[in-house]
Amino acid sequence: MIDRLKKLTFWQWVFAAVMAAGAYATFVRFFYGLGASTNLNDQFPWGIWVGFDVLCGVALAAGGFTLAAAVHLFNIKRYKPIARPAILTAYLGYLLVVVALMFDLGRPYRIWHPMIMWNPRSVMFEVGWCVTLYTTVLTLEFLPLVLERLRLRTPLKWMHSMMVPLVIAGCILSTLHQSSLGSVYLIMEGKLHALWYTSMLPVMFFASAVCVGLAMTIFEGWHSAKAFGRPLELPLMQGLARVLAVAVSTYLTLRFLDLLHRGALPLLSEPSTETYLFMLEILLLALPALLLFRAHVRANPKALYACAVMVVFGVVTNRLNVSVTGMERAAGVSYLPRWTEVAVTLAIVAAAFAIFRLAARHLPVFEDSEHEEEETPAPALAPYEHAAAQGD
Amino acid sequence: MARGVLFDSTLCVGCRECEGACAKRWNQPYDESIARTEKISYRKLTTIQTKGENFVRRMCMHCVDPACASVCPVGALEKTKLGPVVYHEDRCMGCRYCMVACPFNVPSYTWNEPLPKVKKCDMCFERQSAGKQTACAEACPTGATLLGERDELIAEAKKRLAEKPAEYHPKVYGIEEVGGTSVLFLSKVPFEQLGLRTDLPRHALPQNTWAVLSHVPDVAAVGSVLLGGVYWITHRREAVARAEAKGGAR
Repeated sequence: MIDRLKKLTFWQWVFAAVMAAGAYATFVRFFYGLGASTNLNDQFPWGIWVGFDVLCGVALAAGGFTLAAAVHLFNIKRYKPIARPAILTAYLGYLLVVVALMFDLGRPYRIWHPMIMWNPRSVMFEVGWCVTLYTTVLTLEFLPLVLERLRLRTPLKWMHSMMVPLVIAGCILSTLHQSSLGSVYLIMEGKLHALWYTSMLPVMFFASAVCVGLAMTIFEGWHSAKAFGRPLELPLMQGLARVLAVAVSTYLTLRFLDLLHRGALPLLSEPSTETYLFMLEILLLALPALLLFRAHVRANPKALYACAVMVVFGVVTNRLNVSVTGMERAAGVSYLPRWTEVAVTLAIVAAAFAIFRLAARHLPVFEDSEHEEEETPAPALAPYEHAAAQGD
Repeated sequence: MARGVLFDSTLCVGCRECEGACAKRWNQPYDESIARTEKISYRKLTTIQTKGENFVRRMCMHCVDPACASVCPVGALEKTKLGPVVYHEDRCMGCRYCMVACPFNVPSYTWNEPLPKVKKCDMCFERQSAGKQTACAEACPTGATLLGERDELIAEAKKRLAEKPAEYHPKVYGIEEVGGTSVLFLSKVPFEQLGLRTDLPRHALPQNTWAVLSHVPDVAAVGSVLLGGVYWITHRREAVARAEAKGGAR
């Protein structure tokens, strides 16, 4: 026993500590309620479980639909090897968003209510439906990995014939709810700070989701390569990096023009928390975008990774700015999460990493390309190929 | 045909009878310390606030087109034809979007209950349905809180402004704010001095959302056709190339 404990690595210890803290925080949340486990109050009803776990969780999962569209609809074949890890990340992301919601909802056992109690005027209603449907789509997109592993060829064939409509449905649903998470804040006119409040919020959320989806794909490509001792697919990553640079530049141009047209730019001369955190958000996006336009940065795996991480943090900062920073002034209170809120969030993130690792080890997540080289004629082992053939 | 409340700050003497009556109506405790806390909370759905020499009452404003009812994903909040905005606890899943969306920060949450719920003034919907007054209006000894039809209350407020211009700030709060509220205010001093927000939009907030939400079906339809078309084009190219290669070999 002691020998086994000694063998644990540093990160395994960290993981164990995070999970233990998360477990205790979960106990506090469900036995003593939201009041005891969060710093939320009537003035500030949404904290990091909404701002980080839900808003960022959904955004970080955007790589799934972006890559699925690139490979299966736009037929950019070279990205195929990284489409599966991206879809897996998306699937995990959404499952964990649902877990986070179970913590945040006052009455989690009623999470199914929007399915039968409709209010089509509510953005949250639309988001609820889109997320439910998209999680179903992701389950179906993920299923071939399990079927392949179990060598169930007949259901696999059915899945392949469904793949194109599924991918299209996935893209539409993602577009809708990524943007709708921005629309959630449209009702807060006069409450959300003018640096972030704009009628363009849905467009901004969608554009930044595409950015962070691409960045996450580079991020997980880099980590998977490290974890499994595989070479980094550098040419692919460089291609993604170019798209990322263009996507972030487009998004920043949109942001700037929006601020300009609304006359909100003078607000930046005001020395306030809002201004500083806005600057941080923009810097974390502008810097990697500029860097990624340089060929030698893209050719350097470490620099590439650093840029992707910056974009991820940039979009995370944006979501937290919208949900926390921008809401504090109107609420008249300042909000800092209680340790239990942070513990739950960290545990959810750690669980995501662990499950991704498990899936990558036991399911054909990265084997797609290898199989293709060996057994191209066998459609059962080259998923998506079959779907492509159907459409010809 | 919708009910409303006119609160005339110039008539309010700060006796807090309305607070006590409200607590009784909700079967909630009410004592000195609760009275001193001039804040809306789960145990105090209306409050009198002391603003210098003036008193102002805070309660749910019962907006004509309420943000809370529009954002609730399960329709737990409802604007009734009678006027009050009511809460259906059995539907609520506790997302608290209503609290975030309310321009007046009115809804409270019972944060420390194991099965928490939203608490807010419902303008005594049940009493009014039975033809009775709200508890607060019934209890008010000075007539500062007046219950009636919203249209008639607006007319009454304007009449007071016209008759005694020296005693009033020349505006009725709640006619235009966020598209109109069922609770109206009259005051001697400008409304900001009573802590009322005067920077609110003049249109109903749900319009902001609907402008986007109403396009969702269009986006879904156009997007599907577009993406399906992209798929067809990109893969057709391949099929043609393959066919040509075959033809060349023959």
